[in-house]
Amino acid sequence: MTATQDAPVAEIGRDRRRKEDQRLITGRTRWTDNITLPGMLHLAMVRSPFPHARISGIDTTAAKASTNVVAVLTGADLGEGQGACINAWPVVEDQVTPAHVPMPSDRVTFAGEIVAVVVARTAAEARDAAELVEVDYEELPAALDLKDAAENKVLAHPDLGTNVSAVWRFDSAEAGTGGDVEEAIAKARDGGIVIEREYRQQRLIPAFMEPRSVVVDPTGEQITVWSATQIPHILRFAIAASTGVSESKIRVIAPDVGGGFGGKLQQTPEEMIAFAVARRLGKPVKYTETRSESLLSAHHGRDQWQRLTLAADKDGNVTGLKVDLLADLGSYVAIVGGGVPVLGAFMFNAIYKFPAYQFQTTNVLTNKTWTDAYRGAGRPEATYAVERLMDELAAEVGVDPLEIRERNWIKHEEFPFTTVAGLEYDSGNYEAATARAKEMFGYDALRAEQAERRERGDRVQLGLGVSTFTEMCGLAPSRVLGSLNYGAGGWEHAEVRMLPTGKVEVVTGASAHGQGHETAFSQIVADRLGVPFEDVEILHGDTQISHKGLDTYGSRSLVVGGEALVKAVDKVIEKAKPVAAHLLEASVDDLEFGGGRFTVKGTDQGMAVTEIATAVFAAHNLPDGVEASLDSEATYDPVNFNYPHGTHLCAVEVDTETGQVKMRKYAACDDIGQIINPLIVAGQVHGGLVQGIAQALWEEAVYDENGTLVSGSFVDYLLPTAADTISFDLDHTTSPCTTNSLGAKGVGEAGTIASTPAVVNAVVDAIRHLGVNDIQMPCTPERVWRAINGGAK
Amino acid sequence: MIPAAFEYVAPGSVDEALRALSEHGDEAKIIAGGQSLLPVLRMRLNAPEWVIDLGRIDSLRGIRDGGDHLAVGAMTTHHEVGNDAGIHEHALLVTKAIAELADAQVRHRGTFGGALAHADPAGDLGAPARALGATFVIQGPSGTREVGADDFFVDLFETAISEDEILTEIRIPKHTGWGAAYQKFVRIAHQWPIVAVAATVRMDGDTIAEARVGLTNMGATPLRATAVEEALAGQPATEDAVAAAAANAPEGTDPPSDLNGDADYRRHLATVLTRRAVLAAAGRNGIPAI
Amino acid sequence: MTRINLTVDGQRVADDIEPRMLLVQYLRERLGKTGTVVGCDTSSCGACTVHLDGASVKSCNVLAVQADGATVTTIEGLAAEDGTLHPVQEAFHECHGLQCGFCTPGMIMQAVDLLKQNPDPSEEAVRLGLEGNLCRCTGYHNIVRAVQRAAGEMSGASTGPTTGAGEVVS
Repeated sequence: MTATQDAPVAEIGRDRRRKEDQRLITGRTRWTDNITLPGMLHLAMVRSPFPHARISGIDTTAAKASTNVVAVLTGADLGEGQGACINAWPVVEDQVTPAHVPMPSDRVTFAGEIVAVVVARTAAEARDAAELVEVDYEELPAALDLKDAAENKVLAHPDLGTNVSAVWRFDSAEAGTGGDVEEAIAKARDGGIVIEREYRQQRLIPAFMEPRSVVVDPTGEQITVWSATQIPHILRFAIAASTGVSESKIRVIAPDVGGGFGGKLQQTPEEMIAFAVARRLGKPVKYTETRSESLLSAHHGRDQWQRLTLAADKDGNVTGLKVDLLADLGSYVAIVGGGVPVLGAFMFNAIYKFPAYQFQTTNVLTNKTWTDAYRGAGRPEATYAVERLMDELAAEVGVDPLEIRERNWIKHEEFPFTTVAGLEYDSGNYEAATARAKEMFGYDALRAEQAERRERGDRVQLGLGVSTFTEMCGLAPSRVLGSLNYGAGGWEHAEVRMLPTGKVEVVTGASAHGQGHETAFSQIVADRLGVPFEDVEILHGDTQISHKGLDTYGSRSLVVGGEALVKAVDKVIEKAKPVAAHLLEASVDDLEFGGGRFTVKGTDQGMAVTEIATAVFAAHNLPDGVEASLDSEATYDPVNFNYPHGTHLCAVEVDTETGQVKMRKYAACDDIGQIINPLIVAGQVHGGLVQGIAQALWEEAVYDENGTLVSGSFVDYLLPTAADTISFDLDHTTSPCTTNSLGAKGVGEAGTIASTPAVVNAVVDAIRHLGVNDIQMPCTPERVWRAINGGAK
Repeated sequence: MIPAAFEYVAPGSVDEALRALSEHGDEAKIIAGGQSLLPVLRMRLNAPEWVIDLGRIDSLRGIRDGGDHLAVGAMTTHHEVGNDAGIHEHALLVTKAIAELADAQVRHRGTFGGALAHADPAGDLGAPARALGATFVIQGPSGTREVGADDFFVDLFETAISEDEILTEIRIPKHTGWGAAYQKFVRIAHQWPIVAVAATVRMDGDTIAEARVGLTNMGATPLRATAVEEALAGQPATEDAVAAAAANAPEGTDPPSDLNGDADYRRHLATVLTRRAVLAAAGRNGIPAI
Repeated sequence: MTRINLTVDGQRVADDIEPRMLLVQYLRERLGKTGTVVGCDTSSCGACTVHLDGASVKSCNVLAVQADGATVTTIEGLAAEDGTLHPVQEAFHECHGLQCGFCTPGMIMQAVDLLKQNPDPSEEAVRLGLEGNLCRCTGYHNIVRAVQRAAGEMSGASTGPTTGAGEVVS
């Protein structure tokens, strides 16, 4: 027992440098592709060049005869043993869901689908032999254009009889959350304002930097799967459920994972094929995709047409919004692919008090790569649409875009606020965030410069873009997921182990791939338990160590996983309390806990929780009936989503001669409640911003009329470089989340959700005086130039 | 990601290289810096049986002052050429173009001759070579010959170099005191140019005495904008005069249409970029920094 | 098979290899230098950047046979022998210039080369100097800060306070 010591510095809110960095900056990282096992074999995939074709024959003779080739297997060879890729979210009861065999034997439905796998002693030899596999295809008509596909002009899966997988609808009048949108529109047509637009959410590719890789080791009693995945727990479940192998026989490890952005939230054909081949051959196997394979076959994101009708009175007070979406699922309904547009349904009203709202999405199958979650998943699409419309409304009314927003947004004194989409926003302060953003940005000075440039007809015009976004994150309350027909819950699990040396081992069900969980979670535990930051070790991403979890996506890890951690720590403290009382010879009621110590009220008598952990380990002197362990676990199910928001202001310069758009300034004031680590938060926002800006200006997955992905390499799929981007001015306001004890809101997707409309609004703002009111994304120089010159493209 | 298997030879002299080339003929590919060839081999878009590496031939490296010209060894890297004081003084256009070529890593490894022999119409060196009237020294079994820049580029990825020949040197006539600019239009920094314009001018006071203009990615080969050059000669370096001359830039071009722009947009860009490049080369301000 | 001899991270190595083997494969598969990674197949991303005879190159775009006789430095050979980090490594950590860390080895190796060519680069020069390296996590903001901070450290100049969140954030 020691005397009282200084209370440690609060860890929460401190910009701790990351624990993860040391291995990453010295090259001592464990990526899946780094793993080599004795006798390991390498896989190469043979992929269809056609978007839709019948497989009439596969000749593997030459490939099998190649040196060091161990096996060449087709879909027919693997049969039912290969399992299936599952859809976890049938959005309606009667959803049309094509069976997704990892390697089909009869028909391919997108260019890039796997038809055979070559197994060889080296990756080079596997690739050499893959070139020798002869596949006969009978080409079938392909459903490529989303609008045509929605009308069933060509069927992506002729056996299903329709391309429409699901129609999901929400109407505020029917739900009792608002008025009738048709009435609002009819009224607005008579003396008010009706804005009708059709916006395109182009197809994007998540393009995480680490290509996907999987190693499967079937030797021994258990099958170990290392995968570059965001979802080791869900993957283990999906493999078990679709192959019949018991979960206990499958161990999934996500070692260091190089980015995901939703793109590694998937149970992939490649994982399933590797699993099947390893089991069949009884040898460890590895498959690492090339970047071209990754762009071609890892799931894509976005890809919607949005038909929008906004009704308002003549002063710009919105009276209703009607949303009609077409969403391109690709040729299969991915793990949560059908749910992505549905997630957006709750966000089209954004921060505004729309009295009436109607939403419908038609989810459509096509012969293209499947689509699924990509950073924001549904919310960026919704935010883009509404923030673009608010700018159009402002232009129509003739007021500043910020003013039209203020007329319609929820005032800070009106929280908590139940929206027309049925969500309860717990906290927020749009006025404060906007005021701070304007100040950082120098809004009025830039408006003056814009006017001046217009006045003198400058070749380079200035545009200012506004985005006052909110989003729903911290996925998700399990009851809400159940009501949406989602196949699982939204809780997270955590475990805290008190080690005899006084160190603390923490297990989380979240699975980081760049987020910095090891650091942020250490801060939470250090603060709550009163132990040094350095003494906390976070374990994750291995189903054998973390037996329970729902992984990382939807800006959930801190606000759901972190909260589970808080609950587990609290249990440790509760368990330690009787032991402390016993050892301090005091009554439990006389103890208080703070700064890592139990102290007897009114005395300097005390004991550190870590000392109690050591005493419990020894177990020499425990009170009767107390177990010899402080270790505790907790599962936390959020009671609500949380709602980060912010005001983002963007200035761009548009070269009216060439159409080139150049970023000039970007200022953002986000409100994500209580911040655990400002350094990590800023990093999340920076990265998110650039991904959102990239949708606005650069990126698009383009298919040609043959169903070939034209932007199939980094030469044509344009990720921005450092030279294309600028530095950002960030700040934050703090409206703590009221539904978790940390007061925190998610931040992983905020930047991406906010920035896309801010940029496009800025581009349109720069040239609105030239008669332009829309540019389709990405705003390429050619599109901008054509818009200025009166011909859209 | 892994090239198909090939045999490899790294000759120590041009003669040895020519012998290897005559022996393996069309089954062989020459590798210089490899910055264009290796991506092609990795994607298995080409699978030569032999790869002949010129990297061990010291005589192909370096920059020599040839009196009225600078002679650049074909295997001299972009980095070396781009940082050469003589090139900067006598062929500023080359310095300017190399600063815009690919990225630092590629410039360290890629070679001046390799890039020109590859003859990608979107490559950054062809237009400057044409504008400066470079001479290409080509060695074959029957000796050495010289080909002018106007005859060197034949078609897409095709030059005057025969299968049994090697490009050994590029001679760049000195343009001492000429201003220069390379206006490259891209959507993102590491992209191949959608269109680029290479311009170099000799000023006489405020008048453009002579101008040379080359166009990148405006046809199957790098092009020389002779109509622009003729229209510029003797004109004042004013915005209006240069713009009038630059309007001739699309003449004789046949630009591609692809994801980054249709042909008509490229023609428009060529006009705008030509005006900007010429004005910048003439030392006139007012060029938007985009 | 072709015999190659080279020096990698200070160690002399020799191997018989297939001529088609890329330098990055040689580093990863033969030498176990898995710190250097492959991010694309078009030499666009720069994740595989190493130093070849002192200059940065994309090791996916060099045949191992071409490196015969050369000296190669990878991310694993950048820190001092006693483990002291290179100032650029230190600065990436200090400025939160990495998230998932996959692009980081290439980004750091290119930044080291950049600072060798230009010890006091402007923000624009840093951004242009890194144009051959893609990062999907950081938005480059803190990478640029890190390179500028390292420049200050390496030139011995005071870099001012860096622990305040505001400094890094804005």
